[in-house]
Amino acid sequence: MPKRNDLRKIMIVGAGPIVIGQACEFDYSGSQACKALKEEGYEVILVNSNPATIMTDPELSDRTYIEPLTFEILTKIIEKERPCAILPTLGGQTALNLVSELAEAGILEEYGVELIGANLEAIKKAEDRLEFKEALQKIGVPVPRSAIASSVDSAVSIAEELGYPVIIRPAYTLGGSGGGIAHDVEELKSIAELGIKYSRIDQVLIEESVLGWKEYELEVMRDSDDNVVIICSIENLDPMGIHTGDSITVAPPQTLSDREYQLLRDASLKIIREIGVDTGGSNIQFAVNPADGRFVAIEMNPRVSRSSALASKATGFPIAKIAAKLAVGMTLPEIPNDITRETPASFEPTIDYVVVKIPKFAFEKFPGSDEVLTTQMKSVGEVMAIGRTFEEALQKAVRSLETNAYGLFVDKFEKLSQEELTAHLSVPNSERLFCIASTLKKGMNIAQIAEITGIDPWFLHKIKNIAEMEEKLSSYTRQNLPVQILKDAKIMGFSDMSIGQLVNSGEKYIRNLRKELGLLPSYKMVDTCAAEFDAMTPYMYSAYEDCDDIEPSRNESKIAIIGSGPNRIGQGIEFDYCCVHACYALRELGIETVMINCNPETVSTDYDTSDYLYFEPLTLEDILNVLEREKVRGVIIQFGGQTPLNLAKGLEDNGISIIGTSLNSIDLTEDREKFSSITSKLNIPTPSHGMASSLEKAMHVAGKIGYPVMIRPSYVLGGQRMEIVRDNEHLSSSLKKHFAYSDQAQILVDKYLENGVEVDVDAICDGKDVYIAGILEHIEEAGIHSGDSACVIPPQSLSQEVINTIKQYTRDLSLELNVTGLINIQYVVCDENVYILEANPRASRTVPFVSKVTGLPVAKIATRIMAGAYLEDFGLSEKKIDHVAVKESVFPFIKFKGTDSLLGPEMKSTGEVMGVDISLEMAYCKAQLAANSTLPAEGTIFVSVEDDEVLRIIPEIRRLQELKFKIVSNDRVSTMLEEHGLYTERVSKSSNDNLYVSHKLMSSDFDLLINTIKSHDSESDDNIIRLMAIEFNVPYITTISGFKMAARAILEMKNRSFDVRPLQELEKNKLIIGNNLLDQGEEV
Amino acid sequence: MKKAILVLEDGTTVSGKGFGAVGETYGELVFNTAMTGYVESLTDPSYAGQILMSTYPLVGNYGVCIEDCESDSIKASGFVVKEVCKTPSNWRSQMNLNTFMEKNSIPGIEGVDTRELTKRIREYGTMKCRIVVYEKNDPDISALIKKTISQPGISDCEVVNLVSTKSGKKFYGGNGPKIIVIDCGIKNSIVKQLKEKNANVQLVPFDSTPNEILNADPDAVLVSNGPGDPSILKHTISTVEQLAGKVPLFGICLGHQIISLALGAKTYKLKFGHRGANHPVIDCESGRVFITSQNHGFAVDRDSLERTGLEITMLNPNDWTVEGVSHTELNIHSVQFHPEAGPGPHDTHYFFDNMMTIIDRGVSR
Repeated sequence: MPKRNDLRKIMIVGAGPIVIGQACEFDYSGSQACKALKEEGYEVILVNSNPATIMTDPELSDRTYIEPLTFEILTKIIEKERPCAILPTLGGQTALNLVSELAEAGILEEYGVELIGANLEAIKKAEDRLEFKEALQKIGVPVPRSAIASSVDSAVSIAEELGYPVIIRPAYTLGGSGGGIAHDVEELKSIAELGIKYSRIDQVLIEESVLGWKEYELEVMRDSDDNVVIICSIENLDPMGIHTGDSITVAPPQTLSDREYQLLRDASLKIIREIGVDTGGSNIQFAVNPADGRFVAIEMNPRVSRSSALASKATGFPIAKIAAKLAVGMTLPEIPNDITRETPASFEPTIDYVVVKIPKFAFEKFPGSDEVLTTQMKSVGEVMAIGRTFEEALQKAVRSLETNAYGLFVDKFEKLSQEELTAHLSVPNSERLFCIASTLKKGMNIAQIAEITGIDPWFLHKIKNIAEMEEKLSSYTRQNLPVQILKDAKIMGFSDMSIGQLVNSGEKYIRNLRKELGLLPSYKMVDTCAAEFDAMTPYMYSAYEDCDDIEPSRNESKIAIIGSGPNRIGQGIEFDYCCVHACYALRELGIETVMINCNPETVSTDYDTSDYLYFEPLTLEDILNVLEREKVRGVIIQFGGQTPLNLAKGLEDNGISIIGTSLNSIDLTEDREKFSSITSKLNIPTPSHGMASSLEKAMHVAGKIGYPVMIRPSYVLGGQRMEIVRDNEHLSSSLKKHFAYSDQAQILVDKYLENGVEVDVDAICDGKDVYIAGILEHIEEAGIHSGDSACVIPPQSLSQEVINTIKQYTRDLSLELNVTGLINIQYVVCDENVYILEANPRASRTVPFVSKVTGLPVAKIATRIMAGAYLEDFGLSEKKIDHVAVKESVFPFIKFKGTDSLLGPEMKSTGEVMGVDISLEMAYCKAQLAANSTLPAEGTIFVSVEDDEVLRIIPEIRRLQELKFKIVSNDRVSTMLEEHGLYTERVSKSSNDNLYVSHKLMSSDFDLLINTIKSHDSESDDNIIRLMAIEFNVPYITTISGFKMAARAILEMKNRSFDVRPLQELEKNKLIIGNNLLDQGEEV
Repeated sequence: MKKAILVLEDGTTVSGKGFGAVGETYGELVFNTAMTGYVESLTDPSYAGQILMSTYPLVGNYGVCIEDCESDSIKASGFVVKEVCKTPSNWRSQMNLNTFMEKNSIPGIEGVDTRELTKRIREYGTMKCRIVVYEKNDPDISALIKKTISQPGISDCEVVNLVSTKSGKKFYGGNGPKIIVIDCGIKNSIVKQLKEKNANVQLVPFDSTPNEILNADPDAVLVSNGPGDPSILKHTISTVEQLAGKVPLFGICLGHQIISLALGAKTYKLKFGHRGANHPVIDCESGRVFITSQNHGFAVDRDSLERTGLEITMLNPNDWTVEGVSHTELNIHSVQFHPEAGPGPHDTHYFFDNMMTIIDRGVSR
């Protein structure tokens, strides 16, 4: 059936901020959907609160709303835009839930909006555990025994019948929030209580445990003619009981015979038909009992999912794009396969390689949290690797993680005894793979490990092969290493680095040896069809085999862009956004692009983003192999965050030209000592500071400049190990940690300017001219990591004089550093004085935000400058912005129970949202709303602040009381407030504070909580109160400046209602510049 | 350690490790793109005379379960893979692939860049191939290449007689219709499907006469799948020609080609065939797409179907080759793909239901 002509305007709902369980993959799917529908001639209305996405680029849709994803806001947009249809299946669980709510409430009907992709009934059938189970029983697909509980009591009685352990799964949540495994009644009670709370329909499913069973996922697509195909099937290396997002997964399945696989395929077809997902992609999970092959269906996502993104990258089949086209009535046979171009999309991709995905964790950022892996997802990112052997794919994936592991052997486990290893194995955790490798080397047998871990022996044998090869290698030295062994090791994916270490040599030696021997990887294509048909898209991976699939192009003006690797705290989608823009800009100029990255969630690893996509680990070896083959003119390293920067020196040493700002300039800013000599040369004040390479020196510096001080290590990202310290004792404990981590790097100790206002500047420089793209004022006080602080464009409290000074300093420094491309500079403003904190001559996290607010394609302009253009070519003038945009950060504390949520200089947030309005207050309100921290319009506020902070909040407390807010605080704060004539309700004795407050939080008596008490004790009352606020989803604020802003916003909210506006309306000036850019591109 | 060498008629030589039996083997090299189902494929009689190559690089992962075999032994003459798994893992596995190949005296080669060989076949077409698995002295390569060039091609070999039943076989399925199968190398899965429909199945040799078949009083005749070039099976083609109109006729794969030839159509050799478990077919009437298991190197010429009375019922949207034909008056229905799967998707199992409906209609009439 051809596409529908009765739909003209279609609304797509995005997934909102990056959170654990919903990351870049939904930018990838949303961008594909926008492009696909535009391509078919539809008018696309997009709503997403996340400015750091490609999908919210104004070119991708006709009307782009960066607005909070809430029921009210969406209703407003629907009322304004009157779309014919709404597509909810490409924005993760967030979009699906929200659109379900709109449908259930009759909003869609009221405005005549058709739900496409999945109908409400199908969504309910798939998402409601009981309905799902009943549907499957009806069609004879086996399911685990289970029952629904709406109360803790009923959960307990169900569990008694099923026998422990049992699995608790809340209905309608993302990433398994609130779920878990209970081994006894106590565990059950605590998990079930939270699960019921998180569930949108107050339900949890208590289910027979299939812990330890093998886990499989099938990606299914269906069109309106009822054609159904399986795009990809995935086997989890980790057994049932570990969330699939936290599992190592492998495609295709390795240990199922055809007969067993076809059972799962048959069941999947039956399920998608019975559930009634009319069109698009779904993901169905199965568990298989390894002892007898009995299988059960576990769950289904009636939408594009994280696994769909992985499946798309693993096979080359663009699931989201096809899903969008199916949603408007097209059928699979009508849509061509982009990769082969000759054959239709109505087939099942087959692959002739092995794909391994490994999740990336960030537990080091959340001390005190539980590191055991369960059914609730905790990983913050993932890597994917492709190989022609399993060993190769696994080892490539391991080194893609950037955890300093170049193979499976890490010192930590090599040193442990067998008992210690066994103990470590029995608990699922992020390092288990490495532990298994060491255990196998110690001689434990595979059957035992399989028994303990539930991991299929097939995988363990493969890990053992790696262990044996490692032993073999270490029996040689570089002088007597046989060529055949070296070759075999490379076929098994050993890195030059690990071979070098094993034969007591180095990476460089092995690389040179390999090149002398002509032992180079060949590059194969991901083509959806195992070479049966000719493929048109150069999506490549390396393998140590005989032949390349295609010759590299001879075009010598090619430019390579190194991506940012797996998402992690401090390096996420913002950098992928910049890399994608670099590709777009170069392609507009007619310059061929080579993208190297290993993150399957991203837009950068879409086969149509660059001319040549290399899905490879971001290590020196893997990148050099690609660049030496492709003979690029140069490589862009300033867009992918710290990952490519760390590689830059190695690349340059190997004769690769770095495009843009020179490494030397970058080094000047990274090395604290060199940096301070430049700032003093330019007369740019810095907070008083000194360098230290030992505790004694640090104490001396601190003594000289006076506490509090900030300690900052060199060459880190996301403020890793940065801290504010207030006395000698604290300094000594922090530095002990620091020097344990890295013994060579110097640290900077500088004066911490309390109550200063932090300012971020993003600028573009061409070496002779500087354009200031954005000045961002932080809302939280200095000392909170810039990635965690809310910030606002344009600046609100800075005087014109201060702004002029900032601009001058930015110009002086950029020119002095001879920056070619982007630079981000952080300042702190204190008593009208401007001090520079740091400068980073590379893309910053705020580039996408600045681009969205100003309408200037900042990363694209910077790319063009790197390719040889000058700022004057763009005719840029200072932008006058007549709206206010607030960026707010989103935190994953709920997934890391036990960790303190107090913000500091080390970054903790996973994502960001944007609120835009004509007033600061309303923009802030929107940003809070988008960050799921809704400011109350009335109710009770609990206040607990430090003694010296009480005076600062008195005006706000007074105003809030006038607005009939009830203020509750503890004895200490109440007494101090009373001294100023403010009477508040006080809680009982301070020792019971946390119990009382917790109780109030649980019973939803508080509508907002402010708690700024700094404490290094994780058991402190305040810490626990903050944890409870997170647990019970009560909005909370941990800084005074944040509270002051929130109070202003609450007051303003009383007088005004929200107003929605698309980016296209905000950006009147943009069009001129945008067209200018595009015109130049087309001429080339 | 066993070593192995593979040579192609164009002079390509690949060395690797040997597995399975020591010895020399030859055939036409073909690739299969399915990611599972090596036991079924190796034992599929349609692979007689061919050396099978798996495009999926890791083979033998789930071992061998005899229950999965499509016939009593390995029928392919050799196996080419990237990597053979020595330590399979699956609850049904009875032995590893190496042992299975040894027991069946079939040589195999591993450590081969199978993607490169696949691309070569895609570009130059299927080629004559020879594999030597040896333990001691390296074989003389130039002699091997000469032998490969002069070995018979698939169209020069009578391979069906190697796999067809010699004296006939009977399978009792219940109180359903009696189906005579002209056995050109039938797969167990086809018999299984028919038995599940309660049919009584009788296999007869591929060179049976029309009278021998009609005397057994069948409710329907099925011409089975099998190996090789259909056009050289003159006897079988003539038998089918004489049966047409006298009894409902069904065909699968080679059987479909034989039926088409019997009604006057032509067949031709595909460049590299269709072998895998992901091939789409479109039902011409409904426009619906089914994913099928396929294994054929020849196809029915679409234009030659004109004036045969055969109507095209199904097409392959990848290359628009004929996937199914039928003749309403003569009650003939055949398909190019494998509705019985084994290995592959079960989307087209309905072929057997339709078959029973058609037979029932005939019986009640």
